[in-house]
Amino acid sequence: MTEKKKLQIALYWGAACGGCDVAVLDTNEFILDVAAAADIRFWPIAVDGKYKDVEAMADEELDLAIFNGAVRNSENEHVAKLLRRKSKILVAFGSCAHMGGIPGLANLTTRDEIFTAAYLNNPSIEPGNRTVPYHETLVDGMKLDIPVFYKRVYKLASVVDVDYFVPGCPPDPAQVKNVLLAVVKGELPPKKSVVGASDRTVCDDCRRQKKEKKVKRFNRPFEIIQDPDVCLMEQGILCMGSVTRSGCGVRCPNSNQGCRGCYGPAPSVKDQGTKFLSALASIIDSKDPSEIEEILSRLPDFAGYAYRFGMPTSTLQRSHRS
Amino acid sequence: MSYEPKIVGFLCNWCSYTGADLAGTSRIQYPPNIRVIRVMCTARIDPTFVVDALAKGADGVLICGCHPGDCHYSEGNYKAMRRFPLLKRLLKSYGIEDERVRLEWVSASEGQRFADVVTDMTERVRGLGPSRVHATLLTDQRER
Repeated sequence: MTEKKKLQIALYWGAACGGCDVAVLDTNEFILDVAAAADIRFWPIAVDGKYKDVEAMADEELDLAIFNGAVRNSENEHVAKLLRRKSKILVAFGSCAHMGGIPGLANLTTRDEIFTAAYLNNPSIEPGNRTVPYHETLVDGMKLDIPVFYKRVYKLASVVDVDYFVPGCPPDPAQVKNVLLAVVKGELPPKKSVVGASDRTVCDDCRRQKKEKKVKRFNRPFEIIQDPDVCLMEQGILCMGSVTRSGCGVRCPNSNQGCRGCYGPAPSVKDQGTKFLSALASIIDSKDPSEIEEILSRLPDFAGYAYRFGMPTSTLQRSHRS
Repeated sequence: MSYEPKIVGFLCNWCSYTGADLAGTSRIQYPPNIRVIRVMCTARIDPTFVVDALAKGADGVLICGCHPGDCHYSEGNYKAMRRFPLLKRLLKSYGIEDERVRLEWVSASEGQRFADVVTDMTERVRGLGPSRVHATLLTDQRER
């Protein structure tokens, strides 16, 4: 038996939609090469496997663990810590693991409000219904428990040490392939780096012409007939390309949609949302405070737009209401 | 120990910093709660600075620049004028009280006005009590 030892890998989802797992499958037949070159030891969406199987592994028995999804509850954190211990390399895969992602938007509300909306005060709930989940329940003298719902959402790196970050919602399949190949070949960049992306901004890579920006009105994409060759911001359409890391292939602006910022802040940007705020507000073509207010009133949920994929990574991270 | 608000002040070099200087040389009294950071222009104040100050424990942030039309760089303060209302909306989404962050125009000759603005802001922030932002972010690292 001189056969080279197969790569041992695991994939897991925390608070996620499943799109990242689909992005891995979107590498098409390449995934078969992965399956041939590696033992997939644990991947809830695709192969059978239980937490106890992972718990039974030796420390660092896995070569690579790919974690997608944010950390919303104690189960997410438990598996994150488990995989950290059992794997030589832990990758935060996709916007949720990288920055908190869409689930991270819940940081603008509270656990109580979420519970009220989900279980008590909602048009689809029968009036008077008080069926709510509890962390622990006694059934026939046996204690059953479900994960604890945390008071806020965390990015993966807030609960465990992460080796690499692969951004994107979801990551571009070509980039997924590059990352897996880099691990197979052992050609890994310095730890803590963002891989499967570039150091430029989406704007740098965007083919649209950019001239002076002066905007009197912000438009939603369906409200105007777009000029496909001109910068979206110049047409009053919100686009986060100026503050966002490139590597996605400029998918959204090329499809006539503004960049939503899923690849996260560009390397020199500390806070994606406030940097975008700075860029966006400064192109407003007015020197009159009340007109400025009126122009801004066309942005009903700026916080949600500016931190669509990274509220838990933003400087203020979450709601600070008392 | 009684609570003394910590206020970070971003002052533009040409008007407001000179105005603050005038308040000093004129021996006008105002609360020592403000920590002044001089910037060349209010346009240089990236909103990131403001959220960073709040995250690191500031109870309030005061931005002062030249009156509209008086900017040393002719249009810089208009950039601040446009960013500020959007920043306020963002901070509101985060649940941060309106009065913790403020933009005022203070010219180089308005030493008294600078002292009045700082006094008023200090009292308002004192009324709000200490900002919980810094403590909350620290607690979040320990308690889920």
